[in-house]
Amino acid sequence: MSPLVQLAAEEAENPLIPPIPELVIGLIAFVIVFGFLAKKLLPNINKVLEERREAIEGGIEKAEAAQTEAQSVLEQYKAQLAEARHEAARLRQEAQEQGAALIAEMRAEGQRQREEIVAAGHAQIEADRKAAAGALRQDVGKLATDLAGKLVGESLEDHARQSRVIDRFLDELEEKAEATR
Amino acid sequence: MSADPTQTLAFDTSCHLFDGCGFPAPGLHSFLFQPLWGDADSNLYFNKTMLLALLGSIIIVGFFWAAFAKPKVVPGKLQLVAEAGYDFVRRGVVYETIGKKEGEKYVPLVVSLFFFVWMMNLWSIIPVAAFPVTAIISYPAVLAGIVYVLWVSLTFKKHGFVGAFKNFTGYDKTLGPVLPLSMTIEFFSNLLVRPFTHAVRLFANMFAGHTLLLLFTIASWYMLNGIGIAYSGVSFVMVIVMTAFELFIQAVQAYVFVLLTCSYIQGALAEHH
Repeated sequence: MSPLVQLAAEEAENPLIPPIPELVIGLIAFVIVFGFLAKKLLPNINKVLEERREAIEGGIEKAEAAQTEAQSVLEQYKAQLAEARHEAARLRQEAQEQGAALIAEMRAEGQRQREEIVAAGHAQIEADRKAAAGALRQDVGKLATDLAGKLVGESLEDHARQSRVIDRFLDELEEKAEATR
Repeated sequence: MSADPTQTLAFDTSCHLFDGCGFPAPGLHSFLFQPLWGDADSNLYFNKTMLLALLGSIIIVGFFWAAFAKPKVVPGKLQLVAEAGYDFVRRGVVYETIGKKEGEKYVPLVVSLFFFVWMMNLWSIIPVAAFPVTAIISYPAVLAGIVYVLWVSLTFKKHGFVGAFKNFTGYDKTLGPVLPLSMTIEFFSNLLVRPFTHAVRLFANMFAGHTLLLLFTIASWYMLNGIGIAYSGVSFVMVIVMTAFELFIQAVQAYVFVLLTCSYIQGALAEHH
C-alpha cells in the first residue's frame, strides 16, 4: 500500500467540511485583495476614467463650440452681404429717382425760361411798336402840317391848334383804319 | 500522518502498466496536503493551498498595483488590459444586474471577488502549482459567507424585519392556499440552501476539473509501458484538451460566482421579491 493510499484511508474526511485554518487564510487572502483594490487601486482608476471621460467630452464640447461659432460667423457674413446688396439696390433706385426728378426739374425750368424769353420778346416788340407808332405819328403829323402849310400857304404856327387838329386827324385815320379792318 | 514527506507529486510515479501494481487513481487523497509547516492534527499549520491562496492574492494586488497605482488618462498596455477586466466586471456584471446607481457601491467587492476566484481557479493549470485553490471547500465557503452576510444584512437594512422576512420567503398573497408551502420552500431555499450552493457550485466544478486533469495525467504516465504507450498518447491529448477546457471553466465559474453575488444583492435591494 502506497503512503498516499494509506493517507486517504486514514483521512476519509468529507470534502464538504471546510478545514478551519484554510477558512482563515482564505479570508485573509481575500481581505488583502479587497483592501488594496477597494481602498486604493479602484478609486485611482475611477478618478482617471472620470478624467478621461471629461477630456473626451470636453473635446467634443470644444469642437461643438467651434462649429457653432463658425456657423454664426457664416450667418453674420451672409446677413452682411445681403444687407450690402440691399443697400446697393436702394442707392441705385434712389439715384434713378433723383436723376428723373432732376431731368423733370430742368425741363420745367427750361420751359419756364423759354416762356419768359418769349414773353419778354413780345413785350419788347409791343414797346417798339408803340414807340415806332408814337414817332411815326409825330413825323406823320409834322410832315402833314408841313405839307398842308405849304399847300395852304399859311404856317400853322399855333402849336396848340396845330396839335389838336393833327390829333383829331390821326384819330379819324385810326378810327377809319379800325372800321375798315 | 504516515504519508511519505518526500512525496511531492500527486501520485506514485514508480508504478506503470504491466508492472503488477494497480492504477493509482485520483481520489479524495489528491486534495489533501501535508503541511509545509506545523502539524495537520492541530489547527495550526501551513500547507500548499494556503501558500497558493496568499501568493494568488499577492499576484492580483501586484498586477493591479502595476496597472492602477499611477494610472494615466492615456493608458499604457498593462493599464488597458486591467481596465478591460475591470470594466467587464463593472459594466457586464454589476451594472447589468444591480443597476448603475445602486450597484456602484458594490463594484469593488464584486471586482475583487471575480479576480480572486479567477486567480484561485487559474492555479489549476499553472505549472508546479497545478492545484485549484477553490477545490478546497474552505475558500469558496469563506467567499460565499461574505456574500451571504452582506445580502442578508442588506435585506434587513432595506426592508426592516417583517419586510426582510417577506423578502426571504417570497411572500405573495395571490398564491392563496399554497402560500405557506411556498414560503417554507423559499425560506429554506434562500436562507439555508443558497449560500451552500453558491460555495459548492464553485468548489465542485474545480474539484471535478482537477480530478479529470489528474486522471488523464496519471493515466498518461501509468500507461507509458509496452503497448500502453499508444493509449498513453491518447490520454496525453486529453490532458491538453482538458487543460484548455479548464481554462474556460475557470473563467466561467468566476463569472458565475460574481453574477450570483450580484443577483443576491439585487434581490436584497429590490422592492418586491
